Amino acid sequence: MPQLIANGVRIDDTFAEAFGMRATAIVITAESARWARQAADTMTGFATSVIGCGSEAAIDRELAGNETPDGRPGVRVLLFAVSTAELQKQLQTRVAQCVLTSPGSACYAGLAGEEKLKLGDALRYFGDGWQISKRLGDKRYWRVPVMDGEFVCEATTGFTKNAVGGGNLILMGKESRRTLAAAEAAVKAIRAVPDAIAPFPGGIARSGSKVGSKYKKAPASTNEAYCPTLKGAVESALDPDVAAVLEIVIDGLVPAAVAAAMRAAMAAVVSLGPAQGVVRIGAGNYGGKLGPHHFHLKDLLP
Amino acid sequence: MRPLVLGLRQRPDQRLDLSPLVPHLLAGKTAAEIERIELQTTKHRVTVGDAFRLRPGGTDQLRIEAACDRLDRIGQDLRDGEIRVEGDAGIHAGRGMRGGRLAIDGNADAWAASGMSGGHIEISGTAGERLGGPLPGETAGMRGGTVVVRGDAGDRAADRMRRGMIIIEGNAGAHAGSRMIAGTLIVCRNCGPMPGYLMSRGTIMLAGHCEELSPTFVDCGSHELVAMRLMAEFAGRYSKRAASMVSGRLRRLAGDMAVLGKGELFVKDRD
Repeated sequence: MPQLIANGVRIDDTFAEAFGMRATAIVITAESARWARQAADTMTGFATSVIGCGSEAAIDRELAGNETPDGRPGVRVLLFAVSTAELQKQLQTRVAQCVLTSPGSACYAGLAGEEKLKLGDALRYFGDGWQISKRLGDKRYWRVPVMDGEFVCEATTGFTKNAVGGGNLILMGKESRRTLAAAEAAVKAIRAVPDAIAPFPGGIARSGSKVGSKYKKAPASTNEAYCPTLKGAVESALDPDVAAVLEIVIDGLVPAAVAAAMRAAMAAVVSLGPAQGVVRIGAGNYGGKLGPHHFHLKDLLP
Repeated sequence: MRPLVLGLRQRPDQRLDLSPLVPHLLAGKTAAEIERIELQTTKHRVTVGDAFRLRPGGTDQLRIEAACDRLDRIGQDLRDGEIRVEGDAGIHAGRGMRGGRLAIDGNADAWAASGMSGGHIEISGTAGERLGGPLPGETAGMRGGTVVVRGDAGDRAADRMRRGMIIIEGNAGAHAGSRMIAGTLIVCRNCGPMPGYLMSRGTIMLAGHCEELSPTFVDCGSHELVAMRLMAEFAGRYSKRAASMVSGRLRRLAGDMAVLGKGELFVKDRD
């Protein structure tokens, strides 16, 4: 594959192929930033891939008290799914089980828009008739009595049909430790980009997959072309000097957010150079036939 | 653009119905056409030109100068734009308002904001009885929007209120929030007997002393609720006094248990 060189790092002349998704955002607040994060981490923990989790989700950014509706510290969470119905189901289930249950939490709309998903409107029934609706201006909130007081939840939140899922970077290094350091630097850079998330654990995926398997029941299986331990046994995509590969998957509310996140991540990885980071950056695609969004690495170089 | 100014020539001999003087009904009319609008409430004909001295201007903003308590239904069914009243307003000011802003730099008589469903009313003086309340035969009073009274309000403020927020920075009369269906009433000073009388749902917040509290309200303890933060933020857009009143630890009384009992009355916790 043709390659460019940036700060000694080889950049594949390829592109990340991404897909249209439905996405929403919510703001979770709590008495402390720690408990807001706790609720968000619980809600987004099992939300790495739509393949097995039904949705992809992560914290977009942390919010100071003056940025939240109730003046307490909070976080903004982005949630992605392949259909509106699935997005509604995932939002409802995850907020009900992970945010409603978290001490001192409250939940608000994190995305404006004319099209809405039910938030408090779906969760209010937990109040068993004791829930209270409160309309303040053009916003409606539900107050659901719970054991530490009330769970306050905005009635609805907006969603978008213009979201993009599957932006990605494949980081290839000489050994695991430096590859992980490069991936961590990439994720740190992505977290500073608004409206984009990296949904895998800590933002990093070690098990890049291909569609299908030799086993009929498995919809996806390991991508052996990127497994360094199989380099000699399969048609490998890896160079002789590559011994560890990590992938960053990026979802964004709009294509520009994915592009910005990939650009920031590449800049962070390239700045480390091959001595402290990885020797090569690639991206995953399906030949451009499946996903409408193509993010070419050469266009995103720092 | 300058507002259309209507200067009252003198205190009228009869009560006048100013409901035709709202921006959406005046739009496109010339000054001469506006002067020919009839306002009488008796058999003696009175036109705008008879009662007011007109200074032409944009009809989306009206200013009524030297107003008095015989000018009824100011801003009735107001949809958008602004009406500023310099002086007092008669009954039914802002009745049925759906949007826009009505500012009364004086006192308002009974049934101000009656049946209002949107927009904002500000009364710098006092409000008469049944602020936001329904007329006889109507099932609900105020259904949305915000009302701020800088002075006192008469009896039965927020009667049968269904949605929206009323802030009374002064004292409220007897039975404030009677028969409330929903919505929020904030009284920043003292209130007369039996607030929340027969309220089924809704929220009443009392900062000061209450003359007599109905025994059909039950103590639910003292709390510092997140919802109060939202209410304080919203109320603070209109009244700093109300915002400070809503903040902090409040004692929640549930009632009126004589009816549905899902309303709530918050008082400052003095323990």
